[in-house]
Amino acid sequence: MFEPALSVLLQTQVPNVHEFRITNIFKPLASPAAAERTAAYLVLAITAVIFVVVAGLICYTIVRFRRRPGDNELQEPPQVYGSNQIEAAWTVIPILIVFVLIGVSARVIAAIQNASPPPQSVKILLVGHQWWWEVRYPDYGLVTANEIHVPVSSDGKHATYLQLTSADVIHSFWVPQLAGKTDLIPNRINYTWIDPRQPGVYVGNCAEYCGTQHANMLLRVIAESSEEFNAWMSAQRKPANNSDTQLSAAQTVFGSLSCVNCHMIRGTSAIGAFGPDLTHLMSRQTLGAGVLVNNTENLRAWVNDPQIPKPGCLMPSMKLTGPELNQVISYLQSLK
Amino acid sequence: MAHGHLVAEDALTMERQWKLPDRGTVGIVFLIVTESVLFSMFVIAYLIYLNKSLVGPYPKDVLELPILASICLLSSSGAIVFAEHALKHNRLGSFKLWWAVTILLGAYFLWATAVEWRKLIFEDHLTIATNLFGTTFYSLVGLHASHVIVGLIFLTIVFVLTLLGFPIQTQLRRVLFLSWYWHFVDAVWVIVFTVVYIIGLPR
Amino acid sequence: MAAIDYPLQRPKAEPGEFSFSETLYKWVATVDHKRLGLMYVASALIFLIVAGIMATVMRVQLMFPNGHVVGPDTFNRLFTMHGTSMVFLVGMPMVAGFANYLVPLMIGARDMAFPRLNSFGFWIFLLGGLLLYYSYLGGGGLSGDGSAPDVGWFAYAPLTERGFSRGHSSDYWALGVLVSGFGSIASAINVIATTFCMRCPGMTLKRMPMFVWVMLIDSWLIVVALPPLSAAQVMLLLDRYLGANFFNTQNGGSAVLWQHYFWIFGHPEVYILIFPAFAILSEVIPIFSRKPLFGRPAMVAAVVAIGFISLGVWAHHMFAVGMTSWSNTFFAASSMLVGIPTGIKIFNWTATMYGGRLRFTTALLFCCGFLFQFLLAGLTGIMLAVAPFDWQLHDSYFVVAHFHFTLVGGLVFGLFAGMYYWFPKAIGKMLDETLGKWHFWLFCIGFNLTFIPLHFAGMLGMPRRIYTYAPGRGWELWNFVATIGVFFQIAGILFFIYNVLRSTLRGQPATDDPWDGWTLEWATSSPPPEYNFEKLPVVRSSRPLWDLKHPQDPDWKWE
Repeated sequence: MFEPALSVLLQTQVPNVHEFRITNIFKPLASPAAAERTAAYLVLAITAVIFVVVAGLICYTIVRFRRRPGDNELQEPPQVYGSNQIEAAWTVIPILIVFVLIGVSARVIAAIQNASPPPQSVKILLVGHQWWWEVRYPDYGLVTANEIHVPVSSDGKHATYLQLTSADVIHSFWVPQLAGKTDLIPNRINYTWIDPRQPGVYVGNCAEYCGTQHANMLLRVIAESSEEFNAWMSAQRKPANNSDTQLSAAQTVFGSLSCVNCHMIRGTSAIGAFGPDLTHLMSRQTLGAGVLVNNTENLRAWVNDPQIPKPGCLMPSMKLTGPELNQVISYLQSLK
Repeated sequence: MAHGHLVAEDALTMERQWKLPDRGTVGIVFLIVTESVLFSMFVIAYLIYLNKSLVGPYPKDVLELPILASICLLSSSGAIVFAEHALKHNRLGSFKLWWAVTILLGAYFLWATAVEWRKLIFEDHLTIATNLFGTTFYSLVGLHASHVIVGLIFLTIVFVLTLLGFPIQTQLRRVLFLSWYWHFVDAVWVIVFTVVYIIGLPR
Repeated sequence: MAAIDYPLQRPKAEPGEFSFSETLYKWVATVDHKRLGLMYVASALIFLIVAGIMATVMRVQLMFPNGHVVGPDTFNRLFTMHGTSMVFLVGMPMVAGFANYLVPLMIGARDMAFPRLNSFGFWIFLLGGLLLYYSYLGGGGLSGDGSAPDVGWFAYAPLTERGFSRGHSSDYWALGVLVSGFGSIASAINVIATTFCMRCPGMTLKRMPMFVWVMLIDSWLIVVALPPLSAAQVMLLLDRYLGANFFNTQNGGSAVLWQHYFWIFGHPEVYILIFPAFAILSEVIPIFSRKPLFGRPAMVAAVVAIGFISLGVWAHHMFAVGMTSWSNTFFAASSMLVGIPTGIKIFNWTATMYGGRLRFTTALLFCCGFLFQFLLAGLTGIMLAVAPFDWQLHDSYFVVAHFHFTLVGGLVFGLFAGMYYWFPKAIGKMLDETLGKWHFWLFCIGFNLTFIPLHFAGMLGMPRRIYTYAPGRGWELWNFVATIGVFFQIAGILFFIYNVLRSTLRGQPATDDPWDGWTLEWATSSPPPEYNFEKLPVVRSSRPLWDLKHPQDPDWKWE
């Protein structure tokens, strides 16, 4: 059980950012999800008709043939054993319906799975970890975490291609308004693609149970114009800002702690690979794979004891003293 | 309600003509069906992981064809048929002889497997944990060997009972089912041999 | 004779006449198929209550966003144990229990083909179940790391491997289910041998009651579909104990292989679980419609077709693992095909009722609930078979809603129908109909209130197996309503428990044939004697008791 104060911390809505938080699969904002909706509408329409007809027939039967007072109890109703014509009819009609559905499925499957990336598309390698996402941009030599920046594709021609794999157990990439699920499986590479039509933050979840904190393995896809994307990219590729002499003490404290064994901060002695890369931590909207909004108060709470907002996560409580904590926070906040 | 009323006029004729399969036969057949599915899962795993090992030793480095052992196991199927035949004609001495031959052939097979495993483990340093080949090899061959062991235990029980003077002729059906199980174990070896030593061992 | 054995002066229940140890011995050492059947059903009901309490805790946790009732580890154990228990310790023993009790009676046999194997099957199943639950005590092992399994009921590798699942929790999962699986296979082989070899004279396969037919195919599915799970579990145990690499992705093993093996078992398994409901409906609906089952040959053909097609659809659980587009299309197609025979069954049950004179006993009410809910479950199943739609719905709450519609709305409703129908035969007392109707309506309303909203939560992107969720994603209302529904379901179940206890102790005594039945179990006393039939019956049609009751218009004239 958490302290009541924590429910305030757990507000994950980021202020001043346009988030698509209602992840309705029927409100797609990218081609794969839109194709999936087309198939969904068709199958929904067909099954709705079947439901109405069959359920109506059952209702009619129940009402019409119920036993009524005054029925002759000794006289059994006519004993009907079956009818080959009727059996044939209700075998053939479903077969026809099924063939329609198979055809539609095959077309949409091919349209989504067999699409090939245009040459100038952004390519991302997404690596699942318990319980966060490692985001790699091989063409740019960039490694970041949890928030996937992609160029918006208003015309549908600037799709982003994702290679998916995992460092530990199976996870699944699911941003409902962009695309259906594709699993991240260790020792295997899967593919998917997204072309967000509107700028904004698309929220999603890990959709394959992956252990204790599966629930708090959230995904954020941030779609922005290609200028914004390029600006973000060049900022991200720079090493961490070490020029600020006021912070050298804080940096020394950070470097002396075991944080550096798991986290990477490019340009410093922190070269751990087990946890998320923190080089530009302050450019991210959330902490702990979407569990907290990234602000001073939450950052402090997280570093002090990540086991409170995300119990069971693999980052232990570091048991920092008050001064150490202050130094670490001020250092992390310099990682813009 | 009285139960006798169900009997129709021609009930006696029907009862007399009513023939159903033997329950032991059906039972053993479906036991073999379910065991076959179990084996095929391990066979499939072997084939899927063929040539997928990240480190050696690989099959071609360490496996030797167990020709003699295979011949022994397969001929034990023949021996048990002779034993069965002898029992059917109530020739107890001949039954004991062929039954003992079956056990000996099966035991030799098991011993050969043990020798092979000893070599693989201690000389070639291939254990179940070494690589995917070790994992699938030991589990598939081991699953088969464990079935040979179970078969040998039952064969030995029958043999000991016979030596003690138990009238085994009265248990002809059960001896028959045991021999079916033994044939099944042999047939599985044909598949295991094909998969492990022929398909899995490129020349 | 009777006067000598039981002199009239003899008091009915002398104190001391009831000996606890003797009664216990009678039940523990029994090889009687009826006692074993009842023990199967009783232990399944106990596990049902335990797993139902787990479900309640989970629903309370998810009632509001940021729920604090239990922590993540406890929640993960709850859904793992809930799922595993419901499938392996409730569904499977219900199959075995109903088949054990009814198959010999319906085919006019004195017992199962292998009575001792039958007893072995029950006890090994119970051992497996207790082993699974012992994990709460022993799962920590020496290091105290872990408790009950927390890997989900399909226990995807590599989450179950040593590196990610410390302690012994996954070992208990694999061993408990493996062991209870042996029991299921034993009981299935027994049912097959019984139906083939123990039928009374005249009971040809053509005349066999539909219930027995469905149970025969069900047992066939168990025999061919359970070994893949056993094999996978043996491989998992080899990985965990001997360091083998079957699912060890660090050493080249495949995480997808587990999924294939699991679902080669797992998809037939859901048909294994639903078949008893099919079997029960095929008996109960005709009796309370006063008409024979419509299209009997088509019903048999449909169940045989399901028995085979369901072996070739497993990868529709794996549309998201990145199979080729051809595989995805193949499995989408085969999965939709399985809907056709299932549809035929629903149509035939409806046609059986059509033109009949429906007597709305509690049993028939549960059957009608089944028809609507299973229809919906089948149609959501078609949606999930359309692979592109499944990419969105897979592993979301929509799937949770779908399979609870099949297994609760379908199987559990069918089982309740069966219990109300055969309780008089098994116990010799009638279940109270008024309490039964309270049970039906509360449970039906509660069930739909719980699971209809979860479809919408899934469509709004709520993944399954999350112990908590943040507010503001549109899931609050659906989760709240779903949890409210749980309380209705609990009320319904309480009515059922009260009804069973009260009726067993003080219920109205049942006659041998209270429903005016047509199959052989109604031709013996209630409850039947240990030997079932004094003299083995001889039958000439699929409704032997109809022939007897209507000598001027027997069924065999039409065969």
